[in-house]
Amino acid sequence: MRELSLNILDIAQNSIVAGASLTEILVKEDTVKNELLIGIYDNGKGMTEEQVRNVQDPFFTTRTTRKVGMGIPLFKMAAEQTGGSFTITSQVGVGTKVEALFKTDSIDFTPLGDMASTISTIVCMNEDKDFIYTRKVDDREFKFSSADIKTILEGVPLSEPSVINWVEGYISEQTEQLFKN
Amino acid sequence: MKSLEELLAIKEKAQAQIAARDAEGNDGIRVVVGMATCGIAAGARPVLKALTDEIAKRNVKHVSVTQTGCIGMCQYEPIVEVFEPGKEKVTYVQMTAEKAAKIVNEHLVNGKPVVEYTVGAITE
Repeated sequence: MRELSLNILDIAQNSIVAGASLTEILVKEDTVKNELLIGIYDNGKGMTEEQVRNVQDPFFTTRTTRKVGMGIPLFKMAAEQTGGSFTITSQVGVGTKVEALFKTDSIDFTPLGDMASTISTIVCMNEDKDFIYTRKVDDREFKFSSADIKTILEGVPLSEPSVINWVEGYISEQTEQLFKN
Repeated sequence: MKSLEELLAIKEKAQAQIAARDAEGNDGIRVVVGMATCGIAAGARPVLKALTDEIAKRNVKHVSVTQTGCIGMCQYEPIVEVFEPGKEKVTYVQMTAEKAAKIVNEHLVNGKPVVEYTVGAITE
């Protein structure tokens, strides 16, 4: 994957397939420690210990385990190659937590890329699910909740192209604000 | 700056369009983009964005864009399928943002599928 935001788009898909009604996505940047933390937390059906082991192994998973394939191993590799770390914890019936820590000053750090496009795609293509996206840069924070948007839209589908464009533009502009001053 | 007030205005405009669509009873065209690991890695996200951008820009009605998982021909990703009521499904392969915009204009607006981008043309 050329951008970490594409990995996030991919991993969040697992949460959706796992039936999560709420998925939280966290992107937290520490510009002093040169670290980036990406978290994806869902309340989906969860996995057994064995499944958690298997999803991290690119050579184990086959088409019969449709839920995941190369997605998790690729994301894990992206984090570990920077000298960072990767954890996945899960509980059946409760949900799954995926966390990846990146060293942003590593030569092998993949750029975060277009998060606005990733979040607008996830949110607008999955009308029946809720998402909370939190973007932190040091002590500044921006939060985007799909539930808030749905309240405003009063039944107008999130998949309306004009709505998708707004969501993307809004997230992009709000994120830019985090970097000002 | 994009504001919540702007979203409110978008909502009102969309509501009017949806009401008009429903009144005509017109079954819409469904555009589906493959968004599994294979599709995303091959560039499905900018394709999806180009489709929705162009549809919004040209104010094309009766078209909805959705995503799906792996379509099963990973080597031809990004793949876009167009389902038009009463017509055979058209499968576009190895898509790019530029090709996507052309498909909106020629296929979705003018009703002429772009044959050279279809799976039939590529695999021949």
